[in-house]
Amino acid sequence: MEEFIKGGAFLIESISPEKIFTPEEFSEEQRLIAQAATEFVTGEVQPVMEEIEAQKEGLLPSLVKKAGELGLLSGDIEEEYGGQGLDKVSALLLMEKLSQGGGSFMVAYAVHTGIGSLPIIFFGNKEQKRRYLPKIATGEMITAYALTEPEAGSDALNAKTIATLSPDGKYYILNGQKQFISNAGFADLFVTYAKVDGEKFTSFIVERNFEGVSLDEEENKMGMKGSSTRSVIFTDAKVPVENVLGEVGKGHIVAFNTLNIGRFKLGGGCLGSSKSALQDAVSYAKQRVQFGKPIAEFGLIKHKIAEMAIRTFTMESMVYRTAGMIDQILKRIDPHAEDVGMQMANGIEEYAIEDSINKVYSSEMLDFIVDEALQIHGGYGYIHDYAIERGYRDSRINRIWEGTNEINRLLIMDMLTKRAMKNRLPLLPVAQRLAGELLSLRPTVDSDDEALTLQKEMVEMAKKITLLAAGAAVQRYMMKLAEEQEILGWLSDMVIEIFAMESALLRAKKTMDRFGDERAEIQKAMVKVYVNDAFNRIENFAKQIFSAISEGDTLRTQLSALKKLTRFNPVNTVSLRRQIANHVIKVGRYPF
Amino acid sequence: MNIIVCIKRVPDTADADLAIDRSGRDIEKTGLAFDLNEWDSYAIEEAILLKERFGGTVTVLSMGGEDTNESLRKCLAMGADEAIRLTDPAFSGSDGFATAKVLAQAIRRLPYDLILTGTQAEDDGFGEVGVMVARLLGLSHVAIVTRVEMEDGKIRAHRELEGGLEEVVEVKLPALLTIQTGINEPRYVSIMGIRKVAKKEIKVWGLSDLGLKEEEVGLKGSDIGLERLFLPLVGEGAQILEGKPEEVAAKVFEILKDKGGLV
Repeated sequence: MEEFIKGGAFLIESISPEKIFTPEEFSEEQRLIAQAATEFVTGEVQPVMEEIEAQKEGLLPSLVKKAGELGLLSGDIEEEYGGQGLDKVSALLLMEKLSQGGGSFMVAYAVHTGIGSLPIIFFGNKEQKRRYLPKIATGEMITAYALTEPEAGSDALNAKTIATLSPDGKYYILNGQKQFISNAGFADLFVTYAKVDGEKFTSFIVERNFEGVSLDEEENKMGMKGSSTRSVIFTDAKVPVENVLGEVGKGHIVAFNTLNIGRFKLGGGCLGSSKSALQDAVSYAKQRVQFGKPIAEFGLIKHKIAEMAIRTFTMESMVYRTAGMIDQILKRIDPHAEDVGMQMANGIEEYAIEDSINKVYSSEMLDFIVDEALQIHGGYGYIHDYAIERGYRDSRINRIWEGTNEINRLLIMDMLTKRAMKNRLPLLPVAQRLAGELLSLRPTVDSDDEALTLQKEMVEMAKKITLLAAGAAVQRYMMKLAEEQEILGWLSDMVIEIFAMESALLRAKKTMDRFGDERAEIQKAMVKVYVNDAFNRIENFAKQIFSAISEGDTLRTQLSALKKLTRFNPVNTVSLRRQIANHVIKVGRYPF
Repeated sequence: MNIIVCIKRVPDTADADLAIDRSGRDIEKTGLAFDLNEWDSYAIEEAILLKERFGGTVTVLSMGGEDTNESLRKCLAMGADEAIRLTDPAFSGSDGFATAKVLAQAIRRLPYDLILTGTQAEDDGFGEVGVMVARLLGLSHVAIVTRVEMEDGKIRAHRELEGGLEEVVEVKLPALLTIQTGINEPRYVSIMGIRKVAKKEIKVWGLSDLGLKEEEVGLKGSDIGLERLFLPLVGEGAQILEGKPEEVAAKVFEILKDKGGLV
């Protein structure tokens, strides 16, 4: 059996760089797959971006089909059903590179290969897979995912769509409306949800041409304007009983597992978009001359370029680390097992916490990056002719879909709490032990070196601080903690920052171990800046949590313990950022 | 028909600021992405098109380190049948002539009717290796080819000349053509193609496999010694025009008019 690291275990374990996957280890095949995707979008998609944005009739679906001819759509589909059966690192690379084709193409691709088809890959029976997957693999059938309703957004299980068995027992009759459905305008297939007899939440595969399926007008969106977003209306829609996906009453299993992987993939999409925005900004900053020199030579612009590159680096380290973990756990599955799809979904569920972390982090970092990229463009960034104007608008939706970032923050803590309660993760004993040692805890390293010893110590301390704060919050509110959303939000932010810092740190260390100091130089500088800043944020979150939940002597004890745990000297982030920016400016793009 | 294509892996310098490394004879390559030389991607596509029409095999050759495997495998994924990498510490520092000797010696060991190379490489741009390989093998060659037609064991090759002129020449096989960009539209690599060749062996031939002597290759076997590489000094009097393309065009027009450039 392959070993695997438990989901969420990063909070309590000290993980060695050897145990994580990093982009420096892409295989030759993975690099070629990435290149194939890049060549496709630069050759076929980027030249027609404006026409896509104007929703030129038939263009976007025809590009999706072209991608299908090259096998770009079928990474996640098993070979038995006409797919490529790629590992998740490769599938994520496809997502990342294809997102350089702009937001609208990215949506069409991501929905079709992600939430639109994965429910069938995971939960479809053999007959459903045989009927649909080969056509999904080539793009002959394009898919969409119809979960959201006007009254049921974040509260997805509150769906009002009803399914009733027909008198002859052959069909479910669906009535209701699904809203904001990406790909709706050209989708041939919808994975949707309805309540059988008004109560049993169930998933269905609905073909566009089934009787009673209709579409509303295109929504006029802020961004991703080339993508199709419509309501799907079921009016006595006749869905054959064979098209129930999974079991009647078990629709929530389909829905939530699909969202796990949707969140994982969204990380890849945001990463590709971040790299595009960074490249755009750097190229502009190099050619825009003000006060007699390119603006890339000014400190405040360098600061922005360095920050964009650092956050892209942490994001990249996190999402491929997660992809590597998923691949590791999927190796344990017998590909010929009857319930292979279900097992895959369960394997991926192990990392649902990391998926939510990646979703929140990458969408917020992309928003930061497009904002700074636009700022570097000055007034031109506000003009439609410049790509960043579109990139800025396209970014915003990522914080909303696949579960809003607020819902995902709550989910991160909810999942951690549940796993702790069931003892899937020994969070409680570790937190209790730490609370006992509170007065004697203190950092043992305080000087910066080239081996990143200080940063490793800071990450370890950040874990302790987070567990102490979480433990204190649990003790204070017990079962009512779920009602303290502000506290949960901060705790989530701390957990997210830990995963971010640690992923970047382990990657830089691995690069150092494998390829030597010279190749790791810029990565190390990035880790130093990021850990320096993220640690301060964590300290601040902890202060706010303690101040909200404690008072008097308890609060004083907690704050003085926190003070000891956070006694680190800051690094010189100005010179580090300049070093990073100079390198990025020299290579003209994201440098790894 | 058996076709051999010689390719080169080169750094992509489109977005980068070039810097000279410590040796003063090369650019700094850290952080640069590498890819198949653009001219060579047209050569490999042309070879595969000919194979698809007339049958036979396509073998790809490249002199380079382990990284070159990625470009060779890309050619396999496009549809080439075999790939051979020529590598040896003794090859390091080879100029165009020494490189041509290595390639020619490898080609002597293979069956072939036609050899294709790119017209030139994106990095050093000498445009000499293809032609020298042909001379070393005693073959006819046609350079800067923009169209290939085949009949009765003969090739009609269209050549691009200056001033938009085109020349058509006929050569008997075996022959060597150096291929110009734009001759075809190189195909996209498919995921199926990549998967199919993922485990295919890339043969590696070194100095002794080729029966070459150390003094024939590398720095010792080279006629051209690179003395110094430097960035041209920035001249005086340059004026950078800013604005939208139409505004810049209008400014250029005014300047030309002022300075008497327009009559």
